[in-house]
Amino acid sequence: MSADAALTGLSLQAASAALQAGQVSSRQLTETCLARIAATDARVGAFLTVTGEQALAQAEASDQRRAAGGAHGPLDGIPLALKDLFLTRGVATTAGSRILEGFIPPYDGTAVARLKAAGAVLLGKLNLDEFAMGSSNEHSAFKPCRNPWDLARTPGGSSGGSAAALAARQCYGTLGTDTGGSIRLPASFCGVVGLKPTYGRVSRHGVVAFASSLDQPGPLGRTTWDVAALLAAIAGPDPHDQTCAARPAGDYLAGLEGGAGGLRIGVPREWFGAGLTPEVEARVREALATYQRLGATLVEISLPHSRYGIAAYYLIATAEASANLARYDGVRFGLRAAGVRGLKELYAESREQGFGPEPKRRIMLGTFALSAGYHEAYYLRAQRVRTLIRRDFDAAFERCDLVAGPVAPWPAFKLGEKTGDPLQMYLADIFTITCNLAALPGLSVPCGLAGGLPVGLQLVGRPFDEATLLTVARALERELGPSPAPTALESPPSPSPGAGP
Amino acid sequence: MALTLDEVRRVAALARLKLSEEEERLFAGQLSAILEHVRELEALDLSGVPPMTHALAEGEAVPLRPDRLEPGLSPEEALGNAPAREGTCFKVPRIIE
Repeated sequence: MSADAALTGLSLQAASAALQAGQVSSRQLTETCLARIAATDARVGAFLTVTGEQALAQAEASDQRRAAGGAHGPLDGIPLALKDLFLTRGVATTAGSRILEGFIPPYDGTAVARLKAAGAVLLGKLNLDEFAMGSSNEHSAFKPCRNPWDLARTPGGSSGGSAAALAARQCYGTLGTDTGGSIRLPASFCGVVGLKPTYGRVSRHGVVAFASSLDQPGPLGRTTWDVAALLAAIAGPDPHDQTCAARPAGDYLAGLEGGAGGLRIGVPREWFGAGLTPEVEARVREALATYQRLGATLVEISLPHSRYGIAAYYLIATAEASANLARYDGVRFGLRAAGVRGLKELYAESREQGFGPEPKRRIMLGTFALSAGYHEAYYLRAQRVRTLIRRDFDAAFERCDLVAGPVAPWPAFKLGEKTGDPLQMYLADIFTITCNLAALPGLSVPCGLAGGLPVGLQLVGRPFDEATLLTVARALERELGPSPAPTALESPPSPSPGAGP
Repeated sequence: MALTLDEVRRVAALARLKLSEEEERLFAGQLSAILEHVRELEALDLSGVPPMTHALAEGEAVPLRPDRLEPGLSPEEALGNAPAREGTCFKVPRIIE
């Protein structure tokens, strides 16, 4: 193993320890990550923007702080990257859309500001489905992102770049957002850990809005410790976001090694039905058996309204999206169509030119669901179903401490496999979506391979109980040992990068 | 329910989208299929079930902050991304003919 590979392969925790021990500088870590991005990203497509100069300046500043004895904590000097949905002062933020091409935010969002205050080094902005709408990253207006485990396959979406960059060893941690599964699905497909916090745990200020009652920013990392450290840095109340909870952030690292013993793990029978690939089910069942061996009790539970999740979600999320995306009108920022007559044409032309097919489809569906005569039959009905889905979980948590099951019905699928049929693509989120509707925390942790591709175990917890999810995920991680690294990038690049068979 | 092309055009106008004829046909088919799928919600008895209108649980919200002036974006920063401007205003095409 080369010295560079030894460095890029470190967990955030190990990189942080090496910095503290003076074995490596932030500059070295940053240069190594930038070199790895340069060597691999033409094939992966995880980054939309690489901010090398800014990263090196932040690394220098971190090294100077450390030399002066004033390092800030575990993230100081650690190279990270952000889904391109997070506003970054002075650095282009596109949301994966042509309509925001060239947009330079005048401020940092709260999570970004907190990472900077913690001393993190920011390497750049990561690929995503346009406005976080999608489950494969194929709806990016700029380029597809590929799965480092198999370059013919998608990394999942919408935070595809956030998971692929970690699997490709391009950085030590990332932020994503999760509206219906957009952190957990790519984490599962790419073999990394991803956490969607409780709604209101992490501020949405300065995160491009998709569906405001469902969106939640969260961390991805190669280990549970890494994710816990990132969550600790970004969680907590924010006066800039009225939907960010007032309760202070927890200490997610203190109890991390507490194990799964004595816990009651709910296993929803509805999550193991038809459609679940046998090999994925096998890995999930093995993980559950491991927990039993570790002293946890498995409790069969029922979430009877789970099956209505997709339908309720695609009415609520699209309705909220149609309202949020109304701001892209060609007036104050973003793309403005040229040569138009009048304000109405300016709106319609700018939006027609700037939005790709998936945002248009969702704006149309959401506008319809909210329109006169249909609002009650569609939007209001979906909100009532949302209450039932939340009540299912409330009832389950009287009998168990957390819920466990698959993240997705299958491992990573091939590029192009599901783009023709939006409904098929939406089914990728069938197991993750109820967690968003119920506003609960959910996590994906690697639980083995199926056909050589990673499988994620999903854990869903009580509101604001991220600590239990991380501790239980850590217990499995300890049993399974460090997850293997993908090898697709280590073979010499083919002339036609990643072209499918 | 099946969306007609006229319905698609009506919704596109509400959404301020100028769709091509090809998009109109594509969305009429795709949106009809999605609306057919969401019809499964009609099977549920929802009488007496309140809509979930807030995702943040009661008692978790941040208290209102005191109404004090705080520094915000300067006009230059706020206008920095404007496609067209005049002075400290966003410039748009003529509204009244």
